[in-house]
Amino acid sequence: MSGIETFYDVMRRQGISRRSFLKFCSLTAAALGLEPAYAGKIAQAMETRPRTPVLWLHGLECTCCSESFIRSAHPLAKDVVLSMISLDYDDTIMTAAGHQAEAILDEITTKYKGNYILAVEGNPPLNQDGMSCIIGGKPFVEQLKRVAKDCKAIISWGSCASWGCVQAARPNPTQATPVHKVILDKPIIKVPGCPPIAEVMTAVITYMLTFDRIPELDRQGRPKMFYGQRIHDKCYRRPHFDAGQFVEEWDDEGARKGYCLYKVGCKGPTTYNACSTTRWNGGVSFPIQSGHGCIGCSEDGFWDKGSFYDRLTTVRPFGIEGNADQIGGTVAGVVGAAAAAHAAVSAIKRARHRNEEKSEEK
Amino acid sequence: MSMQKMEAVYVYEAPLRLWHWVNALSITVLALTGYFIASPLPTQPGEASANFLMGYIRFAHFTAAYVFAIGFAARIYWAFAGNHHARQLFLLPVFNPQWWREVWFESRWYLFLEREPRKYVGHNPLAQLFMFVFVTWGSIFMIFTGFALYAEGEGRDGWHDNLFGWVIPLFGQSQDVHSWHHLGMWWILSFVIIHIYVAIREDIMSRQSIVSTMISGYRMFKDERK
Repeated sequence: MSGIETFYDVMRRQGISRRSFLKFCSLTAAALGLEPAYAGKIAQAMETRPRTPVLWLHGLECTCCSESFIRSAHPLAKDVVLSMISLDYDDTIMTAAGHQAEAILDEITTKYKGNYILAVEGNPPLNQDGMSCIIGGKPFVEQLKRVAKDCKAIISWGSCASWGCVQAARPNPTQATPVHKVILDKPIIKVPGCPPIAEVMTAVITYMLTFDRIPELDRQGRPKMFYGQRIHDKCYRRPHFDAGQFVEEWDDEGARKGYCLYKVGCKGPTTYNACSTTRWNGGVSFPIQSGHGCIGCSEDGFWDKGSFYDRLTTVRPFGIEGNADQIGGTVAGVVGAAAAAHAAVSAIKRARHRNEEKSEEK
Repeated sequence: MSMQKMEAVYVYEAPLRLWHWVNALSITVLALTGYFIASPLPTQPGEASANFLMGYIRFAHFTAAYVFAIGFAARIYWAFAGNHHARQLFLLPVFNPQWWREVWFESRWYLFLEREPRKYVGHNPLAQLFMFVFVTWGSIFMIFTGFALYAEGEGRDGWHDNLFGWVIPLFGQSQDVHSWHHLGMWWILSFVIIHIYVAIREDIMSRQSIVSTMISGYRMFKDERK
């Protein structure tokens, strides 16, 4: 294969004019928050670079990441799939099936050794020898390890691949394990969310292909440009938080006026994601805008943090559920009661001691 | 006790006493505002632009937190610069069997099994152990988790985040740190209850001054026996 097509070749082949191509490059630069000069760099990269194959594997998951991805508006998912990446394997949306599909994996991993991107949706279960998720007759964890061996980088789509999500929630009977705990020797970009925002997904892919490097990541391995701030930091209801105006009940005046949802359990203050900036479905809305608090779906272990409608996390010190206030309040109460009881005993002892002293003096 | 014989020893120097009371005040403000940050007051009437209640509460919390943290740093400095009593909060003589025997003795005194307490110029060993666990480690815990949470608001790449941001992944995620920070408040409040009770009790029942010592700095003894 001497003539591996570049992005530009493919776009031209699909009847896209050079003018439209340049517009696309400018829009992409703007979407990534880059200065105008980068439009040219993007164009140049797309004209000269061969398309990078992307293999999209599916483990234990619900396909909500794929559902989200195909709804991307900026850039359109069709642009990403048809023009930008070479999505060679994605068992839910590819035409090939069965042996044909598996053959593609072998072909890409050998032909593009060390030069393809592995996108993982879902995660591998490790208990029962991985039998809780079988792909092509074998445990998913084997497929994951085989394809990951020669990849350039891994994108962990969604909270399943990034953290474990619902199948890893307590007690996690299948021992569903996030990708970074199974594959230890590859750069991993986590794009958490249940699902992640479509534009965030396509932008991460666009960034990686355009600049041929992984975006800047935070301590937990998430791209800083989308996960650098909390929902709370950019929430349009934030002024009501600072003012101390809250929805107290779901049908109260505050709910009608669009006050802050903090008191009904909004996890915006502890959740890193771009929902309040990018919003969903082409910028139409996001949970808080539609009147429900954030449930923190892009955060580690969000299923195990108690109710979606409480701010205080459920802590399980010894099997009894309680939150910080119940536990702490009980401890403080017991200490206070103990101090009072101790004081009473001390007073009695002292009085008795005094009487003895007095009788001795006599 | 009519035959009180006063023999004063200068124990707590002025910077240490100042720290104690500034610390007490900042903990009071921190606990109160912190509680109202987690469980806010009822909704304020009027436009959002006319209100800033949560803003003021959080501002008070952060200001008191800086006072608390800077005070703690100054207290560490004073452990080096001050007299040997100033080091009691940071160094436990855990390898000294005599000290452990004294801890045991003090525990027995609190269980009403000893008739008379012993005299101590500085903290008694049991008090020292409690302060080390609750105050020293409690303060360190609250400062690290607190600044990690503050760093979230200050944004990535600031010095808060560079110094304390690693705390968040250590606990799991932001919400876990919030919960632990909240539990930390109850941890310290439990100490405050014990501390105030015991200080007053010792002031009445022990053979030395306690409460006034943290004001004047002088330890006074009520008798001359050993």
